[in-house]
Amino acid sequence: MRIQKFGSRRRGIALAAGIASTALVLGACADTDEGSGGDGGDAEAFEIDCAAYEEFGDLEGTTVTVYTTIVEPEAETQQASYEPFEECTGVTVEYEGSREMEAQLPVRVQAGNPPDIAILPQPGLLSTLVNEYDAVLPAPEQVEANVDEFWSEDWKEYGTVDGTFYAAPLGSNVKSFVWYSPSMFADAGYEIPETWDDLITLTETIAEGNEGATRPWCAGVESGDATGWPATDWIEDMVLRSAGPEVYDQWVSHDIPFDDPQIVEAFDMAGEILKNPDHVNGGLGGVDSIATASWTDAGYPILEGNCWMHRAANFYATQWPEGTEVGPEGDVYAFYLPAETTDEKPTLVAGEFIGAFTDRPEVEAFQTYLSSSDWANAKAAATPAGGWVSANNGMDPENLATDFDKLSAEILADEATVARFDGSDLMPSAVGTDSFWSGMTEWFASDRSTEQVTSDIEKSWP
Amino acid sequence: MDWLKYAGDDPVHKLLLMLIAIVLFVVLMAIILFVVDRPRNPPRWFVGFGFTGIALLLLLAGLVYPALSTIWTSFLRRNSGDFVGLDNYVRAFTEPQFLIVLGNTALWVLVAPLVATFLGLVYAYLVDRSRFEKIAKGLVFLPMAISMVGASIIWKFVYEFKPQGVEQTGVLNQFMVWLGGEPQQWLLSRPLNTFLIMVVFVWIQTGFAMTLLSASIKAIPTDITEAARLDGVSGFGMFWRITIPSIRPALIVVLTTIAMTTLKTFDIVRTMTAGQFDTSIVALEFYDQGFRQNDAGMAAALAVLLFVIVVPVVVYNVRQQRKVEEIR
Amino acid sequence: MTTTTPQMPTPQPVRPASSGLNERARKARKALSNPWASTLAIVIAIIWTVPTVGLLVTSFRPELDIRTSGWWTVFGDAFSGEGVFSLRNYETALFGSSTNMIDFFVNSFVVTLPAVFIPITIALLAAYGFAWIDFKGRDILFIAVFALQIVPIQITLVPLLSAYVDFNINGTFWTIWLSHSIFALPLAIFLLHNFMKDVPRSLVEAARVDGAGHVKIFFQVMLPLLTPAIAAFGIFQFLWVWNDLLVALVMGDLRTFPLTVRIAELAGSRGGDWHVLSAGAFISMVVPVIVFLALQRYFVRGMLAGAVKG
Repeated sequence: MRIQKFGSRRRGIALAAGIASTALVLGACADTDEGSGGDGGDAEAFEIDCAAYEEFGDLEGTTVTVYTTIVEPEAETQQASYEPFEECTGVTVEYEGSREMEAQLPVRVQAGNPPDIAILPQPGLLSTLVNEYDAVLPAPEQVEANVDEFWSEDWKEYGTVDGTFYAAPLGSNVKSFVWYSPSMFADAGYEIPETWDDLITLTETIAEGNEGATRPWCAGVESGDATGWPATDWIEDMVLRSAGPEVYDQWVSHDIPFDDPQIVEAFDMAGEILKNPDHVNGGLGGVDSIATASWTDAGYPILEGNCWMHRAANFYATQWPEGTEVGPEGDVYAFYLPAETTDEKPTLVAGEFIGAFTDRPEVEAFQTYLSSSDWANAKAAATPAGGWVSANNGMDPENLATDFDKLSAEILADEATVARFDGSDLMPSAVGTDSFWSGMTEWFASDRSTEQVTSDIEKSWP
Repeated sequence: MDWLKYAGDDPVHKLLLMLIAIVLFVVLMAIILFVVDRPRNPPRWFVGFGFTGIALLLLLAGLVYPALSTIWTSFLRRNSGDFVGLDNYVRAFTEPQFLIVLGNTALWVLVAPLVATFLGLVYAYLVDRSRFEKIAKGLVFLPMAISMVGASIIWKFVYEFKPQGVEQTGVLNQFMVWLGGEPQQWLLSRPLNTFLIMVVFVWIQTGFAMTLLSASIKAIPTDITEAARLDGVSGFGMFWRITIPSIRPALIVVLTTIAMTTLKTFDIVRTMTAGQFDTSIVALEFYDQGFRQNDAGMAAALAVLLFVIVVPVVVYNVRQQRKVEEIR
Repeated sequence: MTTTTPQMPTPQPVRPASSGLNERARKARKALSNPWASTLAIVIAIIWTVPTVGLLVTSFRPELDIRTSGWWTVFGDAFSGEGVFSLRNYETALFGSSTNMIDFFVNSFVVTLPAVFIPITIALLAAYGFAWIDFKGRDILFIAVFALQIVPIQITLVPLLSAYVDFNINGTFWTIWLSHSIFALPLAIFLLHNFMKDVPRSLVEAARVDGAGHVKIFFQVMLPLLTPAIAAFGIFQFLWVWNDLLVALVMGDLRTFPLTVRIAELAGSRGGDWHVLSAGAFISMVVPVIVFLALQRYFVRGMLAGAVKG
């Protein structure tokens, strides 16, 4: 087992060697590019400034409970990233991850048994908890100060409900990626497309060589009881590209109807790829197989050579089967899903948020830690396999483990990037987690027209 | 006190706590029975309450109260206290999404219990007193040992689709290919998909039916079967004219129990299709509305509909019970 | 559960049934002598086994193999010497988390045992009350209990959990045992009541003539006769509690979580790790299957078989 070390940069007091030993118990291992120890070095521990938490008083021996959807194996890196805080303050963070968390959290809240802190996987849940259960406490001032310092105005807005700031963002996802096989592209002499037209031209070029089950694209939207969400990302990316960010905002806030002609146009733009049997669904079947193919496996035909491209978020990096090398020269890598021109870089993003239900000092201290750049760097250092990134601008991209994560961070930081948050996470749940999802699966599975699907979704808007 | 409440991380402590719980419970029961048995000529309600009291109290607090508050909630809008009368019910009976759900539920409750009971009965009858009875029963019982979610995952593998020209990973489509056919998108083809999901439920519940029915088959008095055999009844006739009438009450009990389970089961559909492609049922819709849409009012209305659907089953059972009583 | 009440040779309830059974078994190898019947039985047995075998084989295969070829291909591959089996999925399932798998096993065990014993005991008493004590309002109460089977557990979660929080006992094993007991009662009472009803009236009358009260009849007449029924229902209740996820998640906490909670996590945050889940499913199946095999002899013998056909 390798010993964890946190890449040392920032200010402050050096930490006791305790971190190394506790990290050893947890079995998390990190590798930073700081060179020196290489693998297995017990060199520098990640240092944070404990002074930031002194104002909360003596917290030794207290406990903070965290409830989240993040389970194995990501749970381990998540927990490891709390260690510097635990070392500083003596607080024990009790971590509970469950895939049923989104359904169970309201139950606990209603029963008067909420956790101290919940990591909310989408802003929709935050607004439900605030509006329907009046449960989340407004963020303490230290947290708000951290968010003002390290996050953009937009990100702060996602954690705000009706003008009150509740939840600091935690991690960020970048969704506008297309996965491909660098060697397949190199062998065929294909270039990475720079504009949407390039992408369509490339798609058609590849389609001319279709053989058997091979197609330019593969896609899948099956995801248990969340089936349909990967398709909503497709549409959101298309709206950003065909209609632009302003229309996107209007669409998400329902200032224009869901079946507005501009949205229908975006559907058809996605349909150019997803509804064309010559373009999909490599190795997985016809257009209707998009509805039943599991999103986690939908990119695998790339490894078999049956599929050339797969649009999926940055965290798809962790979905590839064990042994798959992710990198510019590896088995798979990803390029930015191009826009109409190279001057603009609309990017679909998503992320988690920290909601607090109690306001004991140790809880506020932990919230403050999670919203800081210290945590973002500790988390980056604690995630040796990659697949994680944050839009926290205090995070040093050099701490990220893989080239791919650095690419994600680069896109987030790019001046040309116009980031928009995943729309289905912002829409009311009757649409965002229900009719939009089922509408998309019907779009693939039945011969319902785009107009029909969009107007059905519009009708379900509460 | 805390020692009795929380066991912490210590396994020994946990096991001790478990023993204490059981012992405490036994002592409680002993006291109750002792008190019940004490008077010479106790009034019947006293004895009756002695035996049924704990159960009734637990049910009152644990099920009756929540059920009543659910009925009240079904007249409210979402999580607010606003009374909206029958609005939620009107929605349930008018919106196309819910109509499909109601239709599917009717289909489920009519078909699934019958098939599961029938298969369980036939199988129990066939392997009864055969040399391989134990192992044969074990095989059919096995699915009961798997959680509903686990079973659904198993069957998702069975129905898995890969296009022609790619190696199949689903056993059913592999059979199609071996037979010279084309692989099918099983979970997309309506209305077949609803029945294919029912298969999973039947696959689990048949073991339940078999276990109980096999027991009643064994309880058929030998003199009855002997007499029939002497009359020249055999094979199918024996099954139809002797076995089935003899175990009729057991059949009804099993059918009823499985029907109740059918109405409540939601995790199979949830795992298989998440209710998409027109496969949703009331129990799943209830779960979705309550726990994903956070629409407590609508969820409550759907739960109340479940009560209503079950009324005929209850009435039928009560009448059967009466009949049996008259014969006795 | 017979409509006919046979003549009782003796009111001797507990009597070994083995001699009678063996004799009958010898007489009647009826069903499977018919080739069609045997074929049907075998077909059912196969259909009921193949999917599980598929999962078992799958649980030993590497992730990529699972997605690209059918599990049945391993048999061909194994013959030609290229079959790939690995214990990797089991390793991840067993040792993949910071919490020891043994802890989850202990929790499952600690949760399940009282959650089977307590409701069955309460239900036995209640079933006896409803079946053999003629008190006022009994029919209505019984119908009510029966109808309560349909109450979905989900609607009870918030009220129950609120009550536990109010009494400050939430997150303990006690609330889990209590919840499971409540949820099991309607079905348990209904089923056990039906078995109790089938006990011949003559047996109960005979005991009564001997001066036995209800408590004595319950222990000395009913319990021995109901052993197979209790074993059968005990198995079902065991399985439901052992496989329960919902109650465990809502009523429990980190220190009480049983195996199912751990297994559910194996699918990964984003639900893609089914290969690990398949191994997890078998790990959690081991105990129920052993329990079933151990108890099988009780109910294979048949409900009431000992007494009724003595």
